[in-house]
Amino acid sequence: MDVSVWVTLGLTVKVAAWATTINLVLGSGVGWLLARRSFVGREFVDAVLTLPLVLPPTVLGYYLLVVIGKRGWLGAWLHQTFGINLIFTWQGAVIAATIVAFPLILRSARTAFETVDPQLEQAGRVLGLNEWALFFRVTLPMAWPGILGGTLLVFARALGEFGATLMVAGSIPGRTQTLSIAVYEAVQAGQDDMATFLVAITSIVCVTVLLAAGRLVPRAGRS
Amino acid sequence: MSLHVDIRKTVRSEARHFHLHVRFDAPARRTVIYGPSGAGKSLTLQAIAGLLTPDEGRIAFDDDVLFDGTALIDVPARSRGFGYLFQDYALFPKLNVRQNIAFGLHAGWRNPPRNVAGDMVDRWLRAFELQDVAAQRPAELSGGQRQRVALARALVHSPRALLLDEPFSALDPALRERMRQELDELLQRIGIPVVMITHDPDDLQRFGEIVLHLRDGAIVEPEARAMQAKIRPDGGNA
Repeated sequence: MDVSVWVTLGLTVKVAAWATTINLVLGSGVGWLLARRSFVGREFVDAVLTLPLVLPPTVLGYYLLVVIGKRGWLGAWLHQTFGINLIFTWQGAVIAATIVAFPLILRSARTAFETVDPQLEQAGRVLGLNEWALFFRVTLPMAWPGILGGTLLVFARALGEFGATLMVAGSIPGRTQTLSIAVYEAVQAGQDDMATFLVAITSIVCVTVLLAAGRLVPRAGRS
Repeated sequence: MSLHVDIRKTVRSEARHFHLHVRFDAPARRTVIYGPSGAGKSLTLQAIAGLLTPDEGRIAFDDDVLFDGTALIDVPARSRGFGYLFQDYALFPKLNVRQNIAFGLHAGWRNPPRNVAGDMVDRWLRAFELQDVAAQRPAELSGGQRQRVALARALVHSPRALLLDEPFSALDPALRERMRQELDELLQRIGIPVVMITHDPDDLQRFGEIVLHLRDGAIVEPEARAMQAKIRPDGGNA
């Protein structure tokens, strides 16, 4: 452990923040589709996208290696076309954290959109809105408290991601080593003081996020 | 005005299999579609507004074709130019009265600001005596105020006709008769054509120049207003 704890913390927050942002956009979009559009195989899509919630993170990590690894069908193409390599990079860690946390935002967003009164959307249509304006002016503001709650859960989950991240991004201090992986490494190396310190930091950050989630969501829901 | 409707729609759900086949011409300024709940009144009104796509048929207002199944014309709800009063008013709960009224005047992807101004908004706030509650949200209003906000929101962009979905059913009986009178006077003042759906016989006397009886998805007997005298006595005052 010759890399400062603060570098590790910064990297962890960066990865979690990216994963949260991507999930906010993707989760809201897919959640809206599942809530408001009926199509063949809708529940199947929902089930597949919820899989990361129940699959062991190592299994997910393995799937990711198969897809975005150097010989993976997407990874090989990215490497040949753009020279991009995602394995053992922080971007790889972002992808792992994004996928592991995705079901949390999908659940929240779908439920939030389903509880929006369709009559409000009809009112918006009659008052002259096209479907995009309707989404941003009527649907999203009504669903926002639920989506925000899911977003904070995603952030907390992404902060603590371990299994899939380790398999995809490895544990390179200062580059891909996140807090949870640093804890594991410290314990393995017998650095108990370091492990205690890292555990304390991780716990404080996670408790803060959960407190924020608990305060923001019911308040926004009431207004 | 003249409204021509000739549509078919089959609605399937687990509970029922409903066939709507409505056909009428309403040349009057005030048309009431009257029938029990489940007769297809709401579906008909939604189809006129463009919120429900019929399986086949034709809807025209004056010389404008709004829907034609064979010619593949289906004007979207936002372009049909109707005002629509929803049964529960469907006011936007997070916007204040002023924002709700200004909603349809405001283009783009963002809602009007809290203190949105404009001659039309102020005019309707005054007309409905809503100036004092302009900054309040719908949840803070009385039932009568809510209905007035919903009406102002529907009328502010000068619709060519007003579609009313059971306009008095959300009010308690004492208020109902008063609002009926208020709405009647207002409609006469601004002279806008009206299509109302209702299951309350008391609405017929006041609003039905033409009354269409709808039962099980079809119009049973178009009647002129003169005939309503027969319905009136047993309808009573709800």
